[in-house]
Amino acid sequence: MVSGGDDRCARIARVLAEVPDPEIPVLSVVDLGIVRDVGPARVTITPTYSGCPATHAIEAAIRQALDAAGFEGVAIETVLSPPWTTDWISADGRAKLSAYGIAPPTMAACAPCPRCNSSDTEEVSRFGSTPCKALWRCRACLEPFDRFKCH
Amino acid sequence: MDDPIFTYALRIGDDALVLGQRVSEWCGTAPTLEVDLSLANVALDLIGQATLFLGLAGEIEGAGRDADRLAFFRDVDAFQNALMVEQPNGDFARTIARQFLFSTYQEGFYGALSHSAEPRLAAIAAKAVKEVRYHAALAGDWIVRLGDGTDESRQRMIEALDWHWRFVDELFAMDAGERALLEKSIAVDRAALRPAFDAAVGAILAAGDLPAPRYPQRPVMGGRRGHHSEHLGHLLATLQHIPRSYPDARW
Ligand SMILES: [Zn+2]
Repeated sequence: MVSGGDDRCARIARVLAEVPDPEIPVLSVVDLGIVRDVGPARVTITPTYSGCPATHAIEAAIRQALDAAGFEGVAIETVLSPPWTTDWISADGRAKLSAYGIAPPTMAACAPCPRCNSSDTEEVSRFGSTPCKALWRCRACLEPFDRFKCH
Repeated sequence: MDDPIFTYALRIGDDALVLGQRVSEWCGTAPTLEVDLSLANVALDLIGQATLFLGLAGEIEGAGRDADRLAFFRDVDAFQNALMVEQPNGDFARTIARQFLFSTYQEGFYGALSHSAEPRLAAIAAKAVKEVRYHAALAGDWIVRLGDGTDESRQRMIEALDWHWRFVDELFAMDAGERALLEKSIAVDRAALRPAFDAAVGAILAAGDLPAPRYPQRPVMGGRRGHHSEHLGHLLATLQHIPRSYPDARW
C-alpha cells in the first residue's frame, strides 16, 4: 500500500491509520480497506458503496487529519476501480469488528453470534442500520446483532 | 448534437435517479421497520449510482454541469429514464414487483457494462452491479413470500407483476445512438440480456408459485426519447423544488 517507500509515506500512513470510519469508529479507514495507495504527494481512496453517505465525511476526516499532521500539500484522490469489496477489510479490521459486536463479512450462509459465538443464528433483515450491514438475531442468547454484508 | 456517450451515461443515471427518488417515498411509511430500512438503503444505493453516472455525463459534456445540476435543473422532457421507474409506488406488492424486475434487469445490464470499452462507464458499473444484485435478491425474497403467502398477498402480487409487464420491453430496446456505441463496444447489447432476464424472473415466479405475467396491452415505450407519463413531472417537482427555489444554496 505504501508506494515511494520513504519515511514521509510511512508517516502519512501512520496518520491515516488513526482516522476512524465515521459509522464504525472502531475501524480505521485503513482497516476498512478504502485507502488504496499512499504516496508522498497523494493519497488514493475508494468508496465502499456508491451511495454511502459516509464517503464525503471520510474524505473530510482524512483531509483534517493530514492537515493537522502538517501534510496540507498531500492531495486526496478518489478512484472507483477496482471496486471495493469486503475482501479489502484487513484481518485486524475483522477482529476489531467482531470484538465490537458486528459479525465480520464471510461467504458462509450463517454468521456466528459475535456475543456468544453460537452458530444458531438467523437473518432478520437484509439491510441493517447502514447500507453495509444486515440485521441478524442469535437464537441462543436472543440478542440481535449487525452482520457486515459480504460483497 | 450531443455526444452519444453523454446521452448514454445520462439515461443510465436517470434510471437510477428516478427509481431512487420513487423508492425513497417509502421512507418512514413502509410496512415494518426492517422493510423501511431496506427500501431506504436501496434508494440510497440508487442515488449514489445516479450521482456517479450523471457526474460522468457532465464530465463528458464539458459544459460545467455536475451531477446535481443535471438532476435538479433539467425539465421533464430532458429526462431519458425508462417509463417503469417513474410509475407511482402503488401498494407494497407493486413496489416490490417493480424493484424485482428492474434490479434483475440492472444486474444483467451493469454486469455487461462493466466490460465496456469506455473505462469510466465500466468502473461505475463494476461497483454498482454488486449493489443491484443485492436489491434483486431482496425483492425476489418478497416476491416469493407474497406469492405463496395469503390469498390476498398472492392476488396483489399477480396484479402487480401484470401491471408492470408492459414496461419491460423498453428496458431491452435500443435506438440508433446506442447501436452505434455497441459497434464500438461501449454500449451494452440489451437484446442479448433478455434470455437471462426471463430465466431469472421465471425462476423466482416458479418459487413463489406465481403465473407468468400477462400482457394486458402493447408494450409502452418512449422514455428514452423524453416522452414520459404525467407521473414524472410530479416526481421532479418534489425532487427539484428546493434547489430551484434556492439556486446555488449550499449546506
Ligand atoms: Zn448469541
